Amino acid sequence: MFRYIVKRIALAFLSFFIIMTTCFFLVKMLPLVVNATLGQDAEIAEAQIVARGYRDPILVQYVAYIRRILFEWDWGVGVNMPEYVGQGVWGVFIEKLPPTVLINVYSTLFAVPIGILLGIYSALKKNGWQDHLVSTLVMVFVSVPSYVTAFLVQYILCFKLGWLPLTMGAGTEYFTWTTFRSMLPAVFSLSFGSIAGYARFTRAELTEVLTSDYLELAKAKGLTKSQCVVRHALRNAMTPIIPSIIAEFIAVMSGSLIIEKIFSVPGVGRLYLTAITSLDYDFFMMLSAFYTFIGLLAGIVVDISYGFIDPRIRVGKR
Amino acid sequence: MQEIPVFTARPIGYFKDAWRRFKRNKASVVASLIIGFLIAFSLFAPMFSPYTVSYQDDYYKFRYPRNKLFLSLGLDFWDGCAEKTLPEHTFYYYLSMGKETGRYAIKGEKYEKFDKEKGSYYQFRLDSYEEIGCVFLSLTNGEYERIQRYQDETGRQVLYPTTSPNLRPTIDGNPKLTLDANYWYQYKVVSGRDENGLPLKQKVLIPVFDDDGNFQNIYASYSGGDGYFSRMRVEGETPLYDYSIPNQTGVEVRVNYHEYYRFYHSYVLKDGIDEPNFLFGTTQAGKDVFTCLGSGARLSFFLAFTVSFVNLLVGGIYGAIEGYYGGNADLIMERVSDILSAVPFMIVITLLKMHMGDGSQLLALFIAFFLTGWISMAKRVRMQFYRFKNREYVLASRTLGAKDGRIMLKHVFPNAIGTIITGSVLSIPATIFSESSLSYLGIVNLNTGSVTSIGTLLANAQPYLTTYPYMILFPALFICLLMLSFNLFGNGLRDAFNPSLKGIE
Repeated sequence: MFRYIVKRIALAFLSFFIIMTTCFFLVKMLPLVVNATLGQDAEIAEAQIVARGYRDPILVQYVAYIRRILFEWDWGVGVNMPEYVGQGVWGVFIEKLPPTVLINVYSTLFAVPIGILLGIYSALKKNGWQDHLVSTLVMVFVSVPSYVTAFLVQYILCFKLGWLPLTMGAGTEYFTWTTFRSMLPAVFSLSFGSIAGYARFTRAELTEVLTSDYLELAKAKGLTKSQCVVRHALRNAMTPIIPSIIAEFIAVMSGSLIIEKIFSVPGVGRLYLTAITSLDYDFFMMLSAFYTFIGLLAGIVVDISYGFIDPRIRVGKR
Repeated sequence: MQEIPVFTARPIGYFKDAWRRFKRNKASVVASLIIGFLIAFSLFAPMFSPYTVSYQDDYYKFRYPRNKLFLSLGLDFWDGCAEKTLPEHTFYYYLSMGKETGRYAIKGEKYEKFDKEKGSYYQFRLDSYEEIGCVFLSLTNGEYERIQRYQDETGRQVLYPTTSPNLRPTIDGNPKLTLDANYWYQYKVVSGRDENGLPLKQKVLIPVFDDDGNFQNIYASYSGGDGYFSRMRVEGETPLYDYSIPNQTGVEVRVNYHEYYRFYHSYVLKDGIDEPNFLFGTTQAGKDVFTCLGSGARLSFFLAFTVSFVNLLVGGIYGAIEGYYGGNADLIMERVSDILSAVPFMIVITLLKMHMGDGSQLLALFIAFFLTGWISMAKRVRMQFYRFKNREYVLASRTLGAKDGRIMLKHVFPNAIGTIITGSVLSIPATIFSESSLSYLGIVNLNTGSVTSIGTLLANAQPYLTTYPYMILFPALFICLLMLSFNLFGNGLRDAFNPSLKGIE
């Protein structure tokens, strides 16, 4: 197991390194656009760029970039976005992280229990009308794109009924009631798809387990139905579900660009979008590294957690 | 001698078997019909619509959807009208339009009056195609004559008597009122109230009626120098009126915009548009949503089908080689696809777009979908090849001297067909979803003059979600139907090709 984990992590780092290197060279091959801020001399702006070494040969820049990240954790500074000019990229990123993470954590907290309960319910009522209802709803919510759900939430809950604010409030007080309330539309929009996903997954796993032989045995032993389900079936059904929840918890960090845009969440997604449109390459590099890292991490954690949760899977011993 | 038994039943092949199973799945059959309908819509909607994607009209923007069928049935639904409750002065403003031109801004001239203590309020359906009423236009003398010839040929009144400039309304020097060609009636200035009876900040205009309760016009009286020679004149025109006022470039005239629109499109442009009628309404730029949606859908389908086909081809070959040869080739190829699959799609498309510039965004999008898309197909095919390459019948074939190519194509590949088809079909809605998301976010902009995409439509409509929700309704509905039917169809295919997988997502 340990060897497997080490190998897996090493491979992930290799992938990460190759991706980021390619990314770096591709970015540096682009012409560097510098917009002087208001009242700033274009020559001074250019001189600052030269002083940062952005006009050196790409290989030199590459070595310097890696050295700065490794030894000083310096991901560069903002160049083109007016509000972040001269600010450290990492600092701005950390500042933007909380809303994104909070919204996604809330939506996961909301979606996981509901989704799993729905899945269990429809598996127990298999082929009954409840099951058909849940399955149909699941199909609809899995298919309907998240932005359409967001439009519906925004139109019905926020506008027609007026229960919630239309967009997320600005400000950095994330744990006040007002901010929490203004986050809810985004949380709901994100949740519907996840609820449907979890319900479908749970139902599929549980129905499979419920028809297995050892459950027949458990019933034959005289266990009640609830004992059967809770003690025997659910435990086994959960083995593939839990890793996917863990993976989702990690993947939520990267958030949803579209939901953040619709509800004007001041999060990482918006930062990424503005960084692209204003061609701020240091931001772009940093955020690319972040998204790639999150993706790889989620993959590793899923694989490893399978091994921990389900002793039947001995990935390490081939 | 033993008699050879004769089979009476016809043999059932793989595809026929799958088709029988597929037919039994009602939801999938319905879904495939819907898909057919959506594809037909995307093909034919832009073709048969008189409008084009580049069409736009500054006056007819934010018009409500109007279905001629519902209009002729007289239903208060999908008729291009909006239910309004308005105070007296706005009500008379709209009422006067119908009285002058016979084109009723108030649908069917039906309204309900509510008397409250602070004034009267009116509830009616406001026709968004007629509420523009009359506008002032600056024309050259040639155009002016052309309209008059059109009037005489068709008998449709486009030009209306111009109002006399010194009688045009003005309150506190507000130029909006003076430029509004719909004040053709005598008025008095009063302090207005809104529909809740609260006093308005601005003063408003209330018509002054004659003894019979009719509007009294403020038309410019006949000077003889207006260059109007058309036989068409306003009904009951006893003293003649002036129809134009000369200005630097030609004349300033007062036209009914609806009639002018008909004239302009059928007589000047001759572009097949006879009347403003927008089935799905118009956008904030005055574009026809129906045509734009059709065109966007066409682009989405085109992109998704091409991507799916190319991914199938590349992924299939790659996966087949990986799975069949195994060993070091497999190891290296797996590493390559592992690394590629770890690259977030968003980064690929951003980099490509930055490098390829704004001109070839469709190509950039296509490459991005290809770079990340073929891997899942390759994985599927690889798995199937791994599973089947060492079966006895394959070994038997090899012993008989079959070459690798033949074994791969004839003996192993058919086992992968089911998963390949299912995978390709299910990748289509995913591609369309990504494409619309990206164009919604503005990361790619496929919106050129003659082409648009659903994501762009959605992005443009989103700011008006609360005021003009219909703008977002049709594109959103379209994409929902599309995703749902493709998912159902794909699931049906999977169950049909691989019944053992049924119920496992």
